[in-house]
Amino acid sequence: MTDTVPAYPFSRPTALDPPAEWEQLRSECPVSKVRMVTGDEALLITRYADVRELLSDPRFTHSLTEADAAQISTSEDGIFNRNEATMTAGPNHQRWRRMMNKSFTVKRVTAMRPRITEIANQLIDDLIAGGQPGDLQSALGFPLPVFVICELLGVDPNYRDKFSHWSDAMLNLDKFSQAETSKAAMEFQEFMVQHVLDKRAEPGDDLLSELAAIVDSQDGRMTEAELVYTAQGLLVAGHETTANMIGKMVSMLLADRPNRWARLVDDRSLINPAVEEALRLDASSSIDLPRYISEDIEIAGCPIKAGTTVMASLSSGNRDERVYEDAAQMRLDRVPNPHLAFGAGPHSCLGQALARTELQVTLGVLLDRLPTLDLAIPADELRRRTGLIVGGIEEVPVRW
Amino acid sequence: MVARIELDEPKCIAAGQCVMTAPDVFDQRDEDGVAIILEPTPAPEHLDAVRDAVAICPAAALQLIEN
Repeated sequence: MTDTVPAYPFSRPTALDPPAEWEQLRSECPVSKVRMVTGDEALLITRYADVRELLSDPRFTHSLTEADAAQISTSEDGIFNRNEATMTAGPNHQRWRRMMNKSFTVKRVTAMRPRITEIANQLIDDLIAGGQPGDLQSALGFPLPVFVICELLGVDPNYRDKFSHWSDAMLNLDKFSQAETSKAAMEFQEFMVQHVLDKRAEPGDDLLSELAAIVDSQDGRMTEAELVYTAQGLLVAGHETTANMIGKMVSMLLADRPNRWARLVDDRSLINPAVEEALRLDASSSIDLPRYISEDIEIAGCPIKAGTTVMASLSSGNRDERVYEDAAQMRLDRVPNPHLAFGAGPHSCLGQALARTELQVTLGVLLDRLPTLDLAIPADELRRRTGLIVGGIEEVPVRW
Repeated sequence: MVARIELDEPKCIAAGQCVMTAPDVFDQRDEDGVAIILEPTPAPEHLDAVRDAVAICPAAALQLIEN
């Protein structure tokens, strides 16, 4: 009875609201069959505790290269199909992770605050100069994280339109054809290999130059292939996630302006918890995190066979009534807020301190520069970006 | 009653949440981001922040032993 298996991802009533299925599945069927856009079946888990436990289990990874793993994208060049086995699991992953952590500590990202503030101010200058209404997403949301990650990596931000296309192709769900993603993957690979060569010839004060020197030391810490993969991964991660989140965060805060935006204008001490609460309530973060189950386990009392692909729903877990009081309510002062927006366990987001800092700075600068900010259209008319593994809002029209 | 912080170092993934939440009590090693406990038995005025840090650690690497 394959036709009773629901299609995944679920449709959303609006850009900001969650699909009704999440609440129902959390209460009635916390381990549920779903059908991916490719037609493959996977299991979806929706409760906070189950999501957290699975993501924290070091035995399982997001690599879906095994023959019986579900295909979640209609093309084969995406982030979950890559053969990067040397870095994804176990001691090798920890070695890679600890080497990368150095660039994303709180100390390092706090030192970037003044520069991020400067970029935010320049982009808001341009938004204002463009007149009202303006699109906050294209003027601020997309470019800000791109400038930041390009500076960190030492990549020319003038290539940002190409990066944006390559990133989208790597995060394809069903928007692009196989030919389009193959072409993008090849171009992206060529660009990055050449870029690493350029960094060797002329090192700068940036992460790629630093990593190239580590590869050259040939002490086993990193190979050339791992370097290129890492550079691509960071560029994609720096592009899509925070970029989309800026638009979604501001939209959520403006959707109930008196209780959210106006409160923040009056009380800046709410900026940090408000950012966390927006991350928690993000209803279209991604299609959720896959895990390939390589040995038999049990989740919520259900036996799961080796060879199954499980999708762990961060966004549903974040709305779990079992963990959060008034789970559906946006409370700007919710502390502590142990949400799953950056995942959990050994693969929890590498750049989360940077992402938090970018969101906090962007919100602070917006409150200072445009306290009268408001949506130029009703919140329920905002349109979701679809067809990619990551979700966001196409345009966020604003007035001030 | 003295409360003591325990860090399961191999689990630490350097998210930096403890440093952002209780900067007087936690820091990170420069070379790999792993948490450092500056105040293993935190002062009473830091206890609330430490409890929050323990609650939000994405790796569940921190524990506050109270009693």
